Amino acid sequence: MAASTQTAQQVQELADDKYKYGFVTDIESETAPKGLNEDTVRFISAKKNEPEWLLAWRLKAFRHWLTMAEPTWAKVGFPEIDYQDSYYYSAPKGSDDGPKSLEDIDPELLATYEKLGIPLREQEFLAGVAVDAVFDSVSVATTFKSKLEEVGVIFCPISEALEKCPDLVKKYLGTVVPYTDNKHATLNSAVFTDGSFVYIPPGVRCPMELSTYFRINAKNTGQFERTLIIADKESYVSYLEGCTAPMRDENQLHAAVVELVALDDAEIKYSTVQNWYPGDENGKGGIYNFVTKRGACRGRNSKISWTQVETGSAITWKYPSCILQGDNSVGEFYSIAITNNCQQADTGTKMIHLGRNTTSKIISKGISAGRANQTYRGLVRMSPKAEGARNFTQCDSLLIGNECGAHTVPYIESKNKTAIVEHEATTSTISEDQMFYLRQRGIPPEAAVALVVNGFCREVLQQLPMEFAVEAQKLVGISLEGSVG
Amino acid sequence: MGNTTSTPLVFVDGFDAARPGLPGADLSWLKDIREAGIKRFNGLGLPTPKLENWKYTRLKSLEDTRFQPVTDEDGMAALDHVPSLLPDPGGRPRLVFVNGRMRPSFWIEGDLPSGVHLECLRDTLARDPDWAEAYLGRLTGDDHQALVQLNTAMMDTGFALRVDAGVVIEQPIEVVFIGGLTNRPVAYFPRNLIVLAAGAQATVVIHHVGMGIGAYFANTVTEIDIGEGARLNHYKVQAETRDATHLSTVHVNVAKDAAYEAFTLSIGGRLSRNEVSVRLEGEGARAGLNGAYLMRGSEHCDNTTVIEHLAPHTTCREIFKGVLDDQSRAVFQGKIIVRKEAQGTDGHQLCKTLLLSTGAEIDAKPELEIYADEVKCSHGATTGQIDETALFYLRSRGIPEAQARNLLVQSFVGEALDEISNEDVRHAFTDKVLHWLPAACFRSDEWRGK
Repeated sequence: MAASTQTAQQVQELADDKYKYGFVTDIESETAPKGLNEDTVRFISAKKNEPEWLLAWRLKAFRHWLTMAEPTWAKVGFPEIDYQDSYYYSAPKGSDDGPKSLEDIDPELLATYEKLGIPLREQEFLAGVAVDAVFDSVSVATTFKSKLEEVGVIFCPISEALEKCPDLVKKYLGTVVPYTDNKHATLNSAVFTDGSFVYIPPGVRCPMELSTYFRINAKNTGQFERTLIIADKESYVSYLEGCTAPMRDENQLHAAVVELVALDDAEIKYSTVQNWYPGDENGKGGIYNFVTKRGACRGRNSKISWTQVETGSAITWKYPSCILQGDNSVGEFYSIAITNNCQQADTGTKMIHLGRNTTSKIISKGISAGRANQTYRGLVRMSPKAEGARNFTQCDSLLIGNECGAHTVPYIESKNKTAIVEHEATTSTISEDQMFYLRQRGIPPEAAVALVVNGFCREVLQQLPMEFAVEAQKLVGISLEGSVG
Repeated sequence: MGNTTSTPLVFVDGFDAARPGLPGADLSWLKDIREAGIKRFNGLGLPTPKLENWKYTRLKSLEDTRFQPVTDEDGMAALDHVPSLLPDPGGRPRLVFVNGRMRPSFWIEGDLPSGVHLECLRDTLARDPDWAEAYLGRLTGDDHQALVQLNTAMMDTGFALRVDAGVVIEQPIEVVFIGGLTNRPVAYFPRNLIVLAAGAQATVVIHHVGMGIGAYFANTVTEIDIGEGARLNHYKVQAETRDATHLSTVHVNVAKDAAYEAFTLSIGGRLSRNEVSVRLEGEGARAGLNGAYLMRGSEHCDNTTVIEHLAPHTTCREIFKGVLDDQSRAVFQGKIIVRKEAQGTDGHQLCKTLLLSTGAEIDAKPELEIYADEVKCSHGATTGQIDETALFYLRSRGIPEAQARNLLVQSFVGEALDEISNEDVRHAFTDKVLHWLPAACFRSDEWRGK
């Protein structure tokens, strides 16, 4: 008991810690009128000089959205969202012409990033990471473009891709997540403002990790990015996405869509560190993170790997999934979710096995503290044609304090006798034995808790690319601040 | 919820006509709960896959068949022997129901110790209505289970077992429900009450068995209250005809230091569902909830369980094994809930399914819902086919393939059967499983040198 009481205390201390990324950048926004109707959709489309077909698609989505009901199956509770009370387009002023280089960028904006620990310039030189920074919907800087262009990789804001390679966008947009998918994804289809587009040509191994930092800045602005990544035959790309938002009192809606397409022998590795503002210790404010992420392994021997570290947001509703169509294709899902205070997370994955000898692996680690509630919700489906398919799932939950909850809801559907599905889940707390062992070796209690938690997450942390592993470990550290000493 | 009703409900229409013939028709309190039941059922309608809890099971047979209430004549169907599960009833107490009607001629009172009351529901309502009023409908929880509501309205059969404090019954009590032998689709609604006072012990074996052919619908509700330090072993075999629909709902309350051990073996029925809710209400309460399902043809079997830990230091073990052949389909939904008060909970659940044929399907949903931190909870679920290397091993030792397959299936199911603590029952259940297996010596082509 002693250990857990202490832990609960540490978590409490942690809760008192102010959100260190909470600051507002003062930039004039050019926003669409408040509210959501067909005119908003047209405004966004016109603002971005979009082709006719896309506007038509957006409108189709919007009309369908009106008929859809809010999904209620997730184990999260929140007041009804007033969609009319939000701005659906906001761009930093003066961005109409687009920045030519980093020098063109508002210095205040750059300073914001610097506080977040992603100095663009430094990264440009040191980390070798190309950053397509999305600041309230419009990309402000894209670095390392030339180097990527050399090998034929297209990495740009999706609005730019619509001008550069409209056929590619048209061919793949909405083919993995159709505009009718779910209420949040449909809303995104109607009003998405920007996001990244990546195309890796056949046989190319992307020479660097591609990275995007998303930020939500202007007040009352929903953030609706749309990311589309296509890995053509025999190509490889690793994509990093990081999210941090400044502190706000209202709940902000974030409904993004990510679509991945892997063709024959291609591999996509998609890593996310999500650290949106989680709200204060009483659950006031924070981001609603309603994200639809899905990858299609269309080609033979293709592979899609999702890695996520979810520490932020008031509510997380997110199920990065893989549709394993190609024979021998591979899907992976590695997840760490940490919820504290009044945070709610309902997250997991879907592995849909359609092709022969497809394999999938799910490793999910959930840590729930304070009064938070967390749910792993996953689906593994073996279709009748998935001969020799294989799945392994491991979900572990760690509870810290006696007011939080951890839930596991896996769905297993098998229609093929040759398919093997294995699912394991455990829920436990940090045992007194573990604490005693560490403490009798002179390790202070806070460090001991951190050690145990880090060990608990290790399997997933190892999956992160180097650039992210550092930040992710830092985040796990921040979540356990006060206990790390 | 009203819109989930997908068919005109013959039960609602037939309620008024059936009422005078139902047991306890003269009791006003019973009249009230029956009326409330049919009203609520009418409001809820039959469950559909739109309800999360019914995601994988559709009550197709209830939609496409017009079931009629059983008559006394159905209950008198000719029967030359009772398909007893336990080898020789001897002095073992036994109750036999045919199409919902108790058959006194097959009733064996057995040598029950004093302090035990075992009778059919109709008799209980006639002899001790106050006791029945105190327990009937007390454990069924909220009113969201449409099938429970329907049963409450229509209950026309069933038994009540009451064991006084400290009384230990050594012999297993067998209750046989025989269905079929009618020329039209019939429905009957057993309602069972098992109440064990503090320190009492009993073993109850329920045998639902179909004879002949014919579609029938058995909608059973069982309410079980286990007092402090008491122990109930509750075993059930469901071997209905291939056209039968068997829906069973069980609600169990387990008090301090009491134990509930259950095993459900499902080996027949067009559509069957066993829904069990166990509430571990007192400190140190234990539950073992196990089962096996063996399905073939186009049978559909659904096992849905909820174990709720409400007090400190409660434990549960759950093992379900399934074997699916042909185009059969099974559903396993197992939920363990640990409430905030239930510190020190130890819960483990395992669900394994073997698919023997292309076309068989398993949908499993093991679920943990945990609000306490000092817990040790886990679940595991696997699906797959017979291990080829194990098969090869056996064949390399000269065992023909068909027989080797049987051995592997038998040992697979055996892991669950081992959980049955009563030896006689374990043997009887093992025999049932062996009978289900294909006759190996006639099936093995290679044995005949082909």
